[in-house]
Amino acid sequence: MLIPHPLLGPRDAGEFTYLGDATLLDRPDWQSETAAQDFYDYVYTRDNPSGVHRELWYHEYGDRSWIVVTRNVSTHEILGAELAQDVAKTKGSAG
Amino acid sequence: MRYNALRIFKEALTGHKGWTPAWRDAPPQKSYDFIVVGGGGHGLATAYYLAKVYKKSRIALLERKWIGGGNVGRNTTIVRSNYMMPGNQPFYEFSLKLWENLEQDLNFNAMMSQRGIINLFHNDAQRDAAIRRGNSILLHGADAVLLDKQGVKDLYPFLNTESARFPIMGGLLQPRAGTARHDAVAWGYARGADQHGVDIIQNCEVTGFKIENGEVKGVETTRGDIMAPKIGVAVAGRSSEVMAKAGLRLPIESHVLQAFVTEGLKPILPGVITYGAGHFYISQSDKGGLVFGGNLDYYNSYAWRGNLPTVEEVVEEGISIFPNIARARVLRTWGGIMDMSMDGSPFIDQTPIKGLYFNGGWCYGGFKATPASGYCFAHLMATDTPHDVATALRLDRYKTGHMIDELGAGAQPNLH
Repeated sequence: MLIPHPLLGPRDAGEFTYLGDATLLDRPDWQSETAAQDFYDYVYTRDNPSGVHRELWYHEYGDRSWIVVTRNVSTHEILGAELAQDVAKTKGSAG
Repeated sequence: MRYNALRIFKEALTGHKGWTPAWRDAPPQKSYDFIVVGGGGHGLATAYYLAKVYKKSRIALLERKWIGGGNVGRNTTIVRSNYMMPGNQPFYEFSLKLWENLEQDLNFNAMMSQRGIINLFHNDAQRDAAIRRGNSILLHGADAVLLDKQGVKDLYPFLNTESARFPIMGGLLQPRAGTARHDAVAWGYARGADQHGVDIIQNCEVTGFKIENGEVKGVETTRGDIMAPKIGVAVAGRSSEVMAKAGLRLPIESHVLQAFVTEGLKPILPGVITYGAGHFYISQSDKGGLVFGGNLDYYNSYAWRGNLPTVEEVVEEGISIFPNIARARVLRTWGGIMDMSMDGSPFIDQTPIKGLYFNGGWCYGGFKATPASGYCFAHLMATDTPHDVATALRLDRYKTGHMIDELGAGAQPNLH
């Protein structure tokens, strides 16, 4: 697989390590009433879809940036890639 | 029809005209007492033990495609019980005991061969871990033998114990482990279940669950609605997808695991060997092909095929301990979709929906568990209490802090 790195262009997937579902960016509020359940869901449960999946890859053998890759997990087709910090900033300004 | 040597002899003389299909092609009825979703090894075994051991009737087994076409037909056929953790070891040992008597029980040749498995170790720390695991296995009543380098050499003189990057120091042997013919296991259970009255319904995909007031009433399928008060789902690989139809979100990710078979070779590998410095396991099939595999591809996938970097890594690991297989040609590779759970251990449990039971999260250890998984799942569905050896395989164990984490890798499914 080639991952279209937003800064470096197409890079071999072997340069990256994989973390998992991009919902791991959305850390729950520890002061919430439902924090115990929220953190259980955050750490352990996953949607695990068979189609389009947004996921975190780390460019370990490259520029060490975190990337959010949008990929079809049934065909391995990559639909997009963005810097995780951009995704987080957009979320931050929206929230 | 019982299979035996006399029968084969008789059929050979009469042109093999007397054989009948091993199971009926049953049309779905409107309702049953039990529905098992998933016609893989675990689902078929569940239906078989429900009927045979727990004496239940009116059982349907629903399969989306054809039985035995998923992971029971796509694995590396290894059967073993060399686990360490208290919640796991008795379960897998129960499974191995069922394997030892499986062919007699099913009257079906599953080619069960207890040829032994060796987990190699390559440094002092791994040796200490192997001793600890071996002691845990012995304390649980199963078998384990610690081998030093010479002990490994005596069994496998061709292993590269000297010049490898990670020299072999010894290994932990489980003599009762071995391999079985994966397809025959599915077919044997299907035939046995059918003989005990189970309706095996193929090309019947579950598209939804009928749930009223928190209680399951039946399933919607591509062949119409089928009602039943007790429904067990055993569809590992696709667990998240199927259980999402009942509104449940599971602690599971689906990953692809590749496996490989070489051309047929003369017998060179009498048992099963796993490499300790990486992740590589190999055995030789009765047809002569070397059957081997390694790690997951590491990313979520439902694709039934992997990528080349993993192929390269697995082959490199293999050649580093078996230089003599470097010229063997790989005939086939394939990928299977694994339910990877958050601690590397499976689930056999009730769900929050009454009457709906779940069996999954087998990671890449599902094949060896087939008999015990079916037996314990049947026990749960028949009695609403977990079987004695499966009490720890709970769906809520992460919430309560009772992980069964053999590798200590934490909630990172691709590392188990």
